[in-house]
Amino acid sequence: MNKPILLSRSNIFLFIIVLALIAFPFVMDSRTLTILVTQILIFGILAMSYDILLGYTGIVSFGHAMFFGIGAYCTAIMLNDFESTIFVFIGSIAVGMVIAGILSFIVGLLTLRLKSHFFAMLTMAISGLLLVVAEKWRSVTKGNDGFTFKAPEVFKDRIVFYLVVLALIVIVFIVLKRFVNSPLGRVLIAVRENEQRTKSLGFKTLYYKVIASVLAGVIASLAGSLYAVSLRFVNTAVLTMEITLDALLMTIIGGVGTLIGPLVGAVVIESAQHYLSGLARDFPIFERWIIFFGIIYILAVIFFPKGIVGTIQAKYFQWKDKKAQLNVVPLSKNKESSK
Amino acid sequence: MEPIIRTENLSISFGGHKAVDRVNFEMPEKHFKSIIGPNGAGKTTFFNLISGELKNTEGDVFFKGQSIANLSSVERTRLGLGRSFQITNVFPNLTVLENVRLAVQSREKIRFNPFKHYLHYKKITQDALTILEQVLLENKAHHIASQLAHGEKRKLEIAMLLALDTEVLMLDEPTAGMSLEEVPAILDVIKSIKSRGDKTILLIEHKMDMILDLSDSIMVLFNGKLLADGSPSEIMNNTTVQNAYLGGLYDGELVET
Ligand SMILES: Nc1ncnc2c1ncn2[C@@H]1O[C@H](COP(=O)(O)OP(=O)(O)OP(=O)(O)O)[C@@H](O)[C@H]1O
Ligand SMILES: [Mg+2]
Repeated sequence: MNKPILLSRSNIFLFIIVLALIAFPFVMDSRTLTILVTQILIFGILAMSYDILLGYTGIVSFGHAMFFGIGAYCTAIMLNDFESTIFVFIGSIAVGMVIAGILSFIVGLLTLRLKSHFFAMLTMAISGLLLVVAEKWRSVTKGNDGFTFKAPEVFKDRIVFYLVVLALIVIVFIVLKRFVNSPLGRVLIAVRENEQRTKSLGFKTLYYKVIASVLAGVIASLAGSLYAVSLRFVNTAVLTMEITLDALLMTIIGGVGTLIGPLVGAVVIESAQHYLSGLARDFPIFERWIIFFGIIYILAVIFFPKGIVGTIQAKYFQWKDKKAQLNVVPLSKNKESSK
Repeated sequence: MEPIIRTENLSISFGGHKAVDRVNFEMPEKHFKSIIGPNGAGKTTFFNLISGELKNTEGDVFFKGQSIANLSSVERTRLGLGRSFQITNVFPNLTVLENVRLAVQSREKIRFNPFKHYLHYKKITQDALTILEQVLLENKAHHIASQLAHGEKRKLEIAMLLALDTEVLMLDEPTAGMSLEEVPAILDVIKSIKSRGDKTILLIEHKMDMILDLSDSIMVLFNGKLLADGSPSEIMNNTTVQNAYLGGLYDGELVET
């Protein structure tokens, strides 16, 4: 009963969704829609990486954008300065991941000892510092204006790029799922639940928090690389607080600690952003869509503290429990009478 | 023989208040010692100093002759000092089984494996279930820890300590707040560990009948100071202890608390 079954109901469900997503660009011949879904998938990767921090390890970071930005800049700069080929693209992803990994390792080691709110503040400060550097270092980044670059030839076809992103999100999902269900992942959850007790069981919690933050940083960098290619443009916006808040919102609205939740969150937030900014042309109030997110956020925290997926999961377990209890009652009665 | 735990003028002050005050004690290996004392005497704080939850401000604490005063609680646990907590201290949103599994995982030193599914470690799950059976909690294995009744939480707390299987077991009021029917089962668990004879056990308890029955020796803390340390009969006949703490009413008053 407790065996991890490959063909569990939820896995079949996910498999069908992936099939639908593969078929989607061929069925719906809409460039805007393909671009929108690509964007959703990219932010889905980012949000899942944030979930490793927030949902699984209980770390609140306000600086996650720095790793996203590192990926985005690595890919943009390398594709621009070298050749715009698929090899450079792959290499730039690797370079971004390594830099993000090293940075998150150092930041983690220096700051994760601190109380959580100090950590949150410090990550915000470091990420802010990186933003300033990117703005001032105009020779490389072109600052706030940013620069456009050529994507590799194969990605001229939006569908090809879409499929690459889809493949990557599936891989990231599987890897992260494995990770959180490993003995190591279990300890991360223990840290989230009660760090002091985790220590008293003999686990060096700092190591676990650093591992979580390196993994999250590396995956965020991948998302950043893909994001840059999807726009064929990069500017300092990739390093701003807005990216971090997007990841935070997606994770919370979708449901922390579920991995699927952040994906659902990405769908909700990205499509809302898309349609609300469309509405803004007719109703200027929608230009302030960030206000709507504030409202969604407050409502979500009040009514769905577990997020969309978390709430559904809880309901499902309740229902299963009830069913199980109905089945168990006669059995336990027998036991008692035989005593 | 070298005592397994030894303290030298072990003290801690919170502000001006000395919660543990120059305590010198020795704990022989495979010995069962109980710690008694009125509320606020410093018993839990004394545990915290030994297990590393708190750092002493004065004195020293030794494990097998080696000073451990500068080691973290993680390192002390790994050396073999395990403890349970008076105020239940578990992983609230995880299942009972998962709580115990984490302790077994630590005992088995499976710390950083990032890929294998945790349920593949069948032995760990099996061991966890065995321990839950010992404390009569197996029927709650799949319940969320925070939803347990108080007595059940106390059992879980003990199960996690047993799962760690450390050389030294420090139990901080394991039966406090349990209903009377539940106490004998826990007592049996403690007795059976004692009878196996391979553990050093430190027990904080208020239930005198339980202590007199189990202990090789008893130490009395009072206002942070070590008042007396000796065999159960010595302690019961010690006039200082009687005056300061027991007041001759021990089995009336203490069992109540
Ligand atoms: N972290 C702390 N900060 C400040 N004072 C503390 C702290 N921990 C304990 N104390 C104080 O130290 C004294 C001893 O407390 P302790 O919890 O060790 O008592 P105890 O003997 O375990 O009592 P009980 O039987 O009620 O569990 C108390 O006066 C308490 O208020
Ligand atoms: Mg106490």
